[in-house]
Amino acid sequence: MVTGSWLNSGVRRGTVVPVRHPVATLWHVPVESVYPRLEPLLPHVSKPVQYVGGEPNATVKDWDETTVRWCLMYPDAYEVGLPNQGVMILYEILNEQPGVLAERTYAVWPDMEELMRRHGVPQFTVDAHRPVAAFDVLGVSFATELGYTNLLTALDLAGVPLRSRERTDEHPVVLAGGHAAFNPEPVADFVDAVVLGDGERAVLEITELVRRFKAEGRPGGRERLLRRLAEHGVYVPGFHEVTYRPDGHIERVRPTREGVPHRVFKRTTTDLDEWPYPKQPLVPVAESVHERMSVEIFRGCTRGCRFCQAGMITRPVRERSKRGVEDMVRRGLEATGFEEVGLLSLSSADHSEIGEITKGLADRYEGTNTGLSLPSTRVDAFNVDLANELARNGRRSGLTFAPEGGSERIRRVINKTVSERDLIRTVSTAYASGWRQVKLYFMCGLPTETDEDVLRIATMAKEVVRAGRSASGRRDIRCTVSIGGFVPKPHTPFQWAAQADPDTVDARMRALREEIGSDRELGRRIGVRYHDGKPSLIEGLLSRGDRRVGRVIERVWREGGRFDGWNEYFSYERWVRAAAEVLPPLGVDMDWFTTRERTRDEVLPWDHLDSGLDREWLWNDWQDALQAREQEDCRWTPCFDCGVCPTTGTDIEMGPSGRPLLPITPVRDGSPVPNTAFDTPSGDR
Amino acid sequence: MYPGLRPVGRPRRSTTEETLSQYQPATVTGWKVRLRYTKRDRLRFASHRDLTRVFERALRRAGVPLAYSRGYSPHPRISWAGTAPTGVASEAEYAELRLEREVPVETLRNELRAALPEGLDVAEAVPAGAGSLEERLLASRWWLELDGVAPGETSEALCRLLSRDSVEVERVTRKGRRVLDVRAAVVSADSVDPTEYGVHLDAVRDRHSVDAPHTDDCPDRARQYGIIVMVVRHTTPVVRPDDVLNALRVVADLPVPGVARATRLAQGRLDEGGAIADPLAQDRAAAGSRQVGSTLG
Ligand code: SF4
Repeated sequence: MVTGSWLNSGVRRGTVVPVRHPVATLWHVPVESVYPRLEPLLPHVSKPVQYVGGEPNATVKDWDETTVRWCLMYPDAYEVGLPNQGVMILYEILNEQPGVLAERTYAVWPDMEELMRRHGVPQFTVDAHRPVAAFDVLGVSFATELGYTNLLTALDLAGVPLRSRERTDEHPVVLAGGHAAFNPEPVADFVDAVVLGDGERAVLEITELVRRFKAEGRPGGRERLLRRLAEHGVYVPGFHEVTYRPDGHIERVRPTREGVPHRVFKRTTTDLDEWPYPKQPLVPVAESVHERMSVEIFRGCTRGCRFCQAGMITRPVRERSKRGVEDMVRRGLEATGFEEVGLLSLSSADHSEIGEITKGLADRYEGTNTGLSLPSTRVDAFNVDLANELARNGRRSGLTFAPEGGSERIRRVINKTVSERDLIRTVSTAYASGWRQVKLYFMCGLPTETDEDVLRIATMAKEVVRAGRSASGRRDIRCTVSIGGFVPKPHTPFQWAAQADPDTVDARMRALREEIGSDRELGRRIGVRYHDGKPSLIEGLLSRGDRRVGRVIERVWREGGRFDGWNEYFSYERWVRAAAEVLPPLGVDMDWFTTRERTRDEVLPWDHLDSGLDREWLWNDWQDALQAREQEDCRWTPCFDCGVCPTTGTDIEMGPSGRPLLPITPVRDGSPVPNTAFDTPSGDR
Repeated sequence: MYPGLRPVGRPRRSTTEETLSQYQPATVTGWKVRLRYTKRDRLRFASHRDLTRVFERALRRAGVPLAYSRGYSPHPRISWAGTAPTGVASEAEYAELRLEREVPVETLRNELRAALPEGLDVAEAVPAGAGSLEERLLASRWWLELDGVAPGETSEALCRLLSRDSVEVERVTRKGRRVLDVRAAVVSADSVDPTEYGVHLDAVRDRHSVDAPHTDDCPDRARQYGIIVMVVRHTTPVVRPDDVLNALRVVADLPVPGVARATRLAQGRLDEGGAIADPLAQDRAAAGSRQVGSTLG
């Protein structure tokens, strides 16, 4: 078969390495590929290619030549999970280590689950189709809470007990990470350990602890290994006891073992240029939700939008240098051949050198049919300039802005400061420079929100169309309004807020639609995209829940709950029913966790998990929000003492980087990758 | 993902599929090359759209100077001849690429092979001669494995199928329910008894194939199964291996498994004796009889 160098990776790619002999470890698990048993099932399931692996840049290592083995899971379908940057980064970092192996597993769709159960095929990795139960660590990346039921399916299919305390030395350590893991309490019974924050260094430290533990002959078994992890700053929920007051509130959370710290701190990766991962991004064979290569241009965000958990928990801002970004783009395209590169971050237009970066890349890849994109929520003229630069060779179809709130008052509450005049001016610029459609993102159900605030969205959308018409002189202007339900998240100033109940949210949405439709001529030019408020309520339950919510998750899962992030699988009724059965005997209910406002003194389930944000600062920011007082960005104004930098021992890292730009040599040969092999004169040699 | 928004359905870009053009329009510049490629092992589960995506990225990764269509969303100028269905392996798939300029075909083949994932392999690359490639792809030779069916039963069922004048089956296509006459499309079909050949089964298949099939595509020898080697004419809509299985169910009460393993062994024009002619032979001759090796590395 195809041999030869594969972009300097020293391992075979995409091949099933049959392990013929059961590995003689204490685990006594014969580690053979389950592929021969899986293959007959594949013709009977939808999109079977998602289960076969073998993607360009996938890595398969010899089981016996490694001592620490990680299985990394993204608990959603392959098409969503494969492009996930977190998993891809850790997969590559771990596989680069000698003696360490990492493979991937994803949630299997219900049709496949049913067949696997009927034919006794366990949860498997897509790389070498090894059973998940055979690995040392099962690392699960939770980008959202809606993957919790899928974790239970995977554990059950793997033959791993659902509950941490029922696991023995034979089972992998189930380790959670990702943004949702900043409040892992709802899944505290199901996971063994949790890493808060950036995973790059943490996985290497954990690997070393596991390696040493196994080399020593596993003294003290599973309990001892978890103790060592806990002593090194990993959160082990089983070593923290939660007690409750008679009124249902948490009394206190305290460690139950000596040497286990009271508070657990988040990890922060600094100097992103030192971590240029993924160097060789995976290229899916199956279709995926992001058909592009991503380069993370900075981490963190200090714009201070009060609803945004990602912005709060990833502080401070750490930029990759422009040179670092360009190197990653070049290497990544050489390794993948993708048609599009996404410059990723929480607000990419905020990179201090973004103008030079986009101009440089657009020049270099002009004529190679390589697209550039960047997510940005900024609402200003600079964003339009950037978009013009990115689209200079293509069609100017749609441009996105995120004012998030309909009225100026509510925008001050959420700290998304933009005046309506500026917004209209920005949008006019966009239409004037050739864009035909503008998409506006909003949220509904924000704290202090009134019907008026939401109806204001209609006024704004109509104004946008009118301004677009006069700026462009055309009538075929479109504006799409996309509205998400707001969910209060832990570690944000809104962690104390009452979530709006779905009926209120839905009623406001109905009124908004009517308001938009009231002007029939303009209304036809405005599209409205909205998901009903019910899923948001469940997301709210899972976001701010405590350990008692774990029983609701398990009940829902036992009753068939799967893929809660997918409308066609999500069942609001099932969640409500399970919550109504499980929670009242514990003295709480759905409303208690969602639509109830918290008080200043209340012990929040995640208070012992430290994101670096000072609780006092968060509370004051919450009070400022209620007064509609704004907060500046510490990148451009003095530090406002949110607490993150001193707690995590970090500092803002931003440009100018002072590193020279790459010489801009346009590639221009139909492909973004120059290959000298094709430079020889034509004709066969 | 944007807060509060969830994946709904699957927004997708569409892969444009060109039909094979017979002659180059005078306005289009560039150089055309024809490929025979394989689809084996795990990648037999890739759909046509999956394959086009994988191929396009491999071509870009390999730095091949691909020609693109003009317009707002340019797409690479690749023409795919009717590809094997999802789940079906093949030793003989064909495509035609248009490049911006001529390159050595051997280099093209090697660079592309190195960039393609395992299972996809460029077996031959030949500069395009005159005439349409698609017009030469008129029939296929198939290898079908019927898991759980004894060789005797298989040959019995085949006899019944061949003795009829017409055997109709239904298939739901994109255009709705269609009735296909399987018998009319089957040119010849033989049953192979794997037990007679023992471990030399691969060799039997090799005799029928333009290339050595990969061993992963061969079934577990301990199990009972029947094998059919058949030549099927390409009709519209095309009769696929599962249509033949359905036809066998119609004529004989075969306990045929839902889906058999199938491999396309060859594709081309039917010659007088019912054999399949190499569709690239003309191009090769035109390119100066310098055939690019079809051996596997
Ligand atoms: S501690 Fe100061 S500088 Fe650091 S992120 Fe918070 S406000 Fe910004």
